Amino acid sequence: MSQDKEPLFSAKNMRLLKEPLDDSNPITVQVLGICSALAITVKLEPSLVMALSVIFVMAVSNVVVSLLRAKIPPRIRIIVQLTVIASLVILVDEFLAAFAYEVSQQLSVFVGLIITNCIIMGRLEAFALGNKPWPAFLDGVGNAAGYGVILVIVGFVRELFGSGTIWGYQVIPETFYSVGYENNGLFILPPMALITVGIIIWVQRYRNRKLIEERQI
Amino acid sequence: MENLVNIFVKSIFVDNMIFAYFLGMCSYLAVSKTVKTSTGLGLAVIFVLGITVPFNYMIHNYLLKEGALTWLSPAFSDVDLSFLSFILFIAVIASMVQLVEMVIEKFSPTLYSNLGIFLPLIAVNCSILGGSLFMQERAYNTLAEATAFGLGSGVGWFLAIIGIAAIREKIRYSNVPAPLRGLGITFIITGLMGIAFMGFMGIEL
Repeated sequence: MSQDKEPLFSAKNMRLLKEPLDDSNPITVQVLGICSALAITVKLEPSLVMALSVIFVMAVSNVVVSLLRAKIPPRIRIIVQLTVIASLVILVDEFLAAFAYEVSQQLSVFVGLIITNCIIMGRLEAFALGNKPWPAFLDGVGNAAGYGVILVIVGFVRELFGSGTIWGYQVIPETFYSVGYENNGLFILPPMALITVGIIIWVQRYRNRKLIEERQI
Repeated sequence: MENLVNIFVKSIFVDNMIFAYFLGMCSYLAVSKTVKTSTGLGLAVIFVLGITVPFNYMIHNYLLKEGALTWLSPAFSDVDLSFLSFILFIAVIASMVQLVEMVIEKFSPTLYSNLGIFLPLIAVNCSILGGSLFMQERAYNTLAEATAFGLGSGVGWFLAIIGIAAIREKIRYSNVPAPLRGLGITFIITGLMGIAFMGFMGIEL
């Protein structure tokens, strides 16, 4: 490949970083990593912590696998990849338990489930195995950030309508409650996360017409 | 016995993997276009969950839990290996999926070619690892309880994917707004199904 003399932030590399934010967003377009994304978005704080953890795991695992790409025998590559991911996730898990105990309790099993987050496996398979470490790093950060953006939006909407707070601070004034406003309890429950993401997809595709799916009969 | 039935029914309806925890969403959304392939994948998930959860239960209780190694020698009574659980669980799951793949390929080549890439992807289906992690977190008392939980979660997942596949086969003929077509409407329908399943909340047998 002729990437040797390329500047670090060439247009091509920047595209790796930007595209996953909209045109090839892991959640709304590639349909990856939805599993763990939805359950922890009741509040903004765990959503952000989860997004940061995934950015870390994805960036580092992409670089590691990209460095090892010539040495991994194709037959056992899935197990090698899972081992790399699992070791990084153990690091994140222990770190959260030590420094952010309350958040790690809220996230419960979902930190462990980063291992099976299909964005990470998917990008390792599709990108890191065939590219140099630096583009692989950018691709990892970009895709994890695209995932994180959706997480933060959903977390924001659900916390605002479900609990009337943002980051734990009351934002809906008391006077609203005294004239009869009530928090919408449905937003705290799991199904509303799905519907929120459905609406995000709707808005995104309304603005970005080329993403609209073909009608198939 | 009643306890087992209770765990089984609860993990199908109340703690449904899809509607209550969103686990295994990726393959749920990707494979659910037709009922036929969904059935195959659903059965494979029941099978893998039903085997890996009790297997990981034994690993957790006789190897990893704090004090689990006492049966080897009393000197190990304060060894806590639970930080290794992710790696060991995922190794069990990956090898079990490999086994299922070989068995299906040998005995039913048609089903094997129908499932294609999605069969190995069960290994990264989060409902499988999630099943083992929930088993660890909820601390079931006996192997039988863990098995009932594993099978029940598998059946719940099966039920969910069959349901959405049937709806998606019909919705192909409806006039959905263009930007919502495909993925968007599937999300919203899943949300509505989730609300319906919440009607089961609080069931005790």
